[in-house]
Amino acid sequence: MKKAHPISGGKKAWNLDMRRQGSGEVQLVFGGRWCIDEDLPCAGELKSELSEDIRRLTYHSADLGAWDSGFPAFLATLQKFCVGRGIEVDQRGLPEGVRHLLTMAFAVPEQKVSGRRGGRQTLFVQVGAATIDFFRGMPAMLHFLGEITLSFGRLFTGRAQFRMGDLWLEMEEVGPRALAIVSVICFLVGLILAYLGADQLRMVGAQRFIADLVAIGMVREMGALMTGIIIAGRTGAAFAAQLGTMQVNEEIDAFKTMGISPIDFLVLPRILALMLMMPLLTLYAGFIGMLAGLLVSITIFDIGVFEYYTETLQALELKHFMVGLSKGSVYGAMVAYSGCLRGIQCGRSAEAVGEAATSAVVTGILLITISASLLTIVYYHLGI
Amino acid sequence: MEKEPHIKIHNLTMTYGDFIVQHDINCVINKGDIFVIMGGNGCGKTTLMRALVGLQRPAAGTVFYSGEDFWNGTPEEQARLKRRLGIMFQGGALWSSLTLAENVALPLHEYTGLPPGRIDEIVSFKLALVGLAGFEEFYPVELSGGMKKRAGLARAIALDPEILVIDEPSSGLDPLTARRLDDLILELRDSLGATIVVVTHELASILNIGSSSVYLDSETRTMIATGNPREALKSGEAKVRRFLTRGEA
Repeated sequence: MKKAHPISGGKKAWNLDMRRQGSGEVQLVFGGRWCIDEDLPCAGELKSELSEDIRRLTYHSADLGAWDSGFPAFLATLQKFCVGRGIEVDQRGLPEGVRHLLTMAFAVPEQKVSGRRGGRQTLFVQVGAATIDFFRGMPAMLHFLGEITLSFGRLFTGRAQFRMGDLWLEMEEVGPRALAIVSVICFLVGLILAYLGADQLRMVGAQRFIADLVAIGMVREMGALMTGIIIAGRTGAAFAAQLGTMQVNEEIDAFKTMGISPIDFLVLPRILALMLMMPLLTLYAGFIGMLAGLLVSITIFDIGVFEYYTETLQALELKHFMVGLSKGSVYGAMVAYSGCLRGIQCGRSAEAVGEAATSAVVTGILLITISASLLTIVYYHLGI
Repeated sequence: MEKEPHIKIHNLTMTYGDFIVQHDINCVINKGDIFVIMGGNGCGKTTLMRALVGLQRPAAGTVFYSGEDFWNGTPEEQARLKRRLGIMFQGGALWSSLTLAENVALPLHEYTGLPPGRIDEIVSFKLALVGLAGFEEFYPVELSGGMKKRAGLARAIALDPEILVIDEPSSGLDPLTARRLDDLILELRDSLGATIVVVTHELASILNIGSSSVYLDSETRTMIATGNPREALKSGEAKVRRFLTRGEA
């Protein structure tokens, strides 16, 4: 036996020596405590010690003390390296338990997977990938829109697989239960409009027109827009999370296998509920905004209640209500569509449900903004 | 040789609101035992397991780990005792935003000062032990139910816990993989000296690996038998024998 070559150890609780056993053979001698908490060596550090001419590796563990899985983990990495280099490994010098664990670890062949993780992508690549993803997602969005249209067709011909009770429940959820948050936000928006308007109108001595500004602003634009954004955050996200969780639990698959359309059963009541409740919420939002304007006018700018009321009645025309209500309906449809789309498209993990909810809100607000711009241009050209 | 008691379940009663799931459970689990909690569906096996691992406070009674009272301990004492446990949940309970390697590595990063290279070695070895070598970079969503369960076991044994608690290890696994998992549980006990608590109603597993057991009865809502399941099969309580023979005894 040749002289032992200490790999490392020193003051540590473990020690490891390498002994040359004639030509092409090396013995690793383990001693001391080989436990995870003992700052054990990495098997990778040993690779450089095994020269090219080595063909056989044996072990000696008579002086080995306590060990835990840190020891076989070290040996497993070493064994993988030896197999790659064509070095024969003789495990007979290891404790029986270690040999058993190594046998179990190598009982199932390693899955060879390549290219699982790419490196960091440049901004250019990320923007390109996001653009491609967006356009790849378009057919799916149109397909979903088509399915909803067909579902509405089935509803009007009385063939939709759909429970009226679900519609009432959804209407309650998206309408009355949203009143509190709509009240708070729209009251504050009305307040802001009144202050903003009063400040400008005071310069030309036309403060009483605060009522016109607030009434038209809230009924025609802000009521619908603010309600749409509130509902996108509240109801759109909830739709995506509900349907996403159903996707994770395979509930949507269960509908499909029974021949029940998940669009009829799950999506249709949600879209209908929001389209029906959004105009009412918009109307309510407008009323709350005007109430805030009244409060500001009375307390800060000394305008009487009757004067504010008369001015509001003179300012508001039916067309303003029609514009506000139509916008509310469209925004409601957009929010319901994006919430249900992202929910149905959801992956099968908890993380995917979170992503679906986030995406539903982003898509909902984006669609509201786009439709608000388009409707404003259309109504302008129609002279409404 | 006299065995050393490791876990003592003392007068444990578990409830959900006013509903008593199980009452007056008393057992001693010795060091190196593979202790099987068995019983029919809905008898409270998983509830007992949750009380054992500190997830659900019992309505009465407590659990002692090496003589230390868990439920009457301070939060710091409870946290220290929990570090001695490794838990495999029924569905794996893997963190979906992390890869398998990251799932197994997280407790090693949190509780050891090991360098990354050494952690990678241990992670690869633990995944190989459960037959998932090469799956390090996979996310849980990309795995089957059985693979998630095995990955959950790899995470549970990451720190070589002295007590390993496993909820339904064999359910949903093919017979060969289930057998392999049983062998691994035996090996973890024999090689690393772990005490293992298994919640299951898989008969093959109970008889293959169980060295002691408790049978929870859903009618009387308490334990009706303890001891070695193979002995219970021969001469135990009639209800337990019926359970262990699929109603044929």
